[in-house]
Amino acid sequence: MALADFFKKKQSSSVAKDRLKFVLASDRAGCSPEVMEKIKNDIIAVISKYIEIDMDGLDINISQNPDSEIGSDGPVLFANIPIKDMRSKK
Amino acid sequence: MGEVIVVTSGKGGVGKTTSTANIGTGLAKLGMKVVLIDTDIGLRNLDVVMGLENRIVYNLVDVIEGNCKINQAFIKVKGYENFYLLPSAQTRDKTSVTPEQMKELTDRLKESFDFVLIDCPAGIEQGFKNAIAGATRALVVTTPEVSAVRDADRIIGLLEANEIRKTQLIVNRLRVDMVKRGDMLSCDDVLEILSIGLIGVVPDDENIIISTNNGEPLVGDNSMAGKAYMNICHRILGEEVPYLDLNKKEGFFSKLFKK
Repeated sequence: MALADFFKKKQSSSVAKDRLKFVLASDRAGCSPEVMEKIKNDIIAVISKYIEIDMDGLDINISQNPDSEIGSDGPVLFANIPIKDMRSKK
Repeated sequence: MGEVIVVTSGKGGVGKTTSTANIGTGLAKLGMKVVLIDTDIGLRNLDVVMGLENRIVYNLVDVIEGNCKINQAFIKVKGYENFYLLPSAQTRDKTSVTPEQMKELTDRLKESFDFVLIDCPAGIEQGFKNAIAGATRALVVTTPEVSAVRDADRIIGLLEANEIRKTQLIVNRLRVDMVKRGDMLSCDDVLEILSIGLIGVVPDDENIIISTNNGEPLVGDNSMAGKAYMNICHRILGEEVPYLDLNKKEGFFSKLFKK
């Protein structure tokens, strides 16, 4: 049991690595959490004008570009905005 | 014409001064003409780490202000032909020196030394600007901790902005046992996050504290840190040196858990 717990628990070094990647991405982009919040609200406002979005599943973040397919390997603004399914609503 | 190298980190307490003392001493051991400059005005420490604190007469600010000749402020390190320390002032502050004055000084010194090694204060304010003013190369010291790595990233950006292109990383105080357990960022993790070249990994070694107690840099001795610092010196001179097997010291346990 103890061994299983050991493997389940996320190692603190990988927690550190993930946290660092996020904080450095916003540091490098010169984008503070407050600015991020404003960007997020503006994006929501724009998209909500046209379609209804699912606020619970919303995820907007700056991170290091995970794959070079998208272009530069600098920071990227990543937005995952789920749209409400109109059909199931009715 | 020599090279002006700044040793910097952003965060305090990661081993800038210890690294400056050891790398400077190592380069001197390898026959280089070296001068160390402590630019941490008001909080000088390179003198004590080098064991030269009782020999200070004049300091960096005296030289800048013209109160003495540069040679009068130099403290010669015993046992070496061409190895000196230019100590910082303890009773002044960072604004006593400007980046222009520092650049002028280092430009002059690199004509007669192979290496001008600058110990940079923590932070990114005036002291940092002074320290990097004349540098053409930088060694960024970090430890495998989130705060130190974050600050190192900031410093790397500032060095780039100041057109110091030759910037390399020293990962200091690495604990192999903790890395293996998954409780410390590995050297590769840090390099991946900072995307910068490595010049050395220094293991966490209690011999560093002992050597600082004695005021004698341990570079070149048989300790792990002593070997790691000597390897850094060789790499600074352009030699290719394989990285130390940091597992060695663990002996029995490392054998037991070796993959």
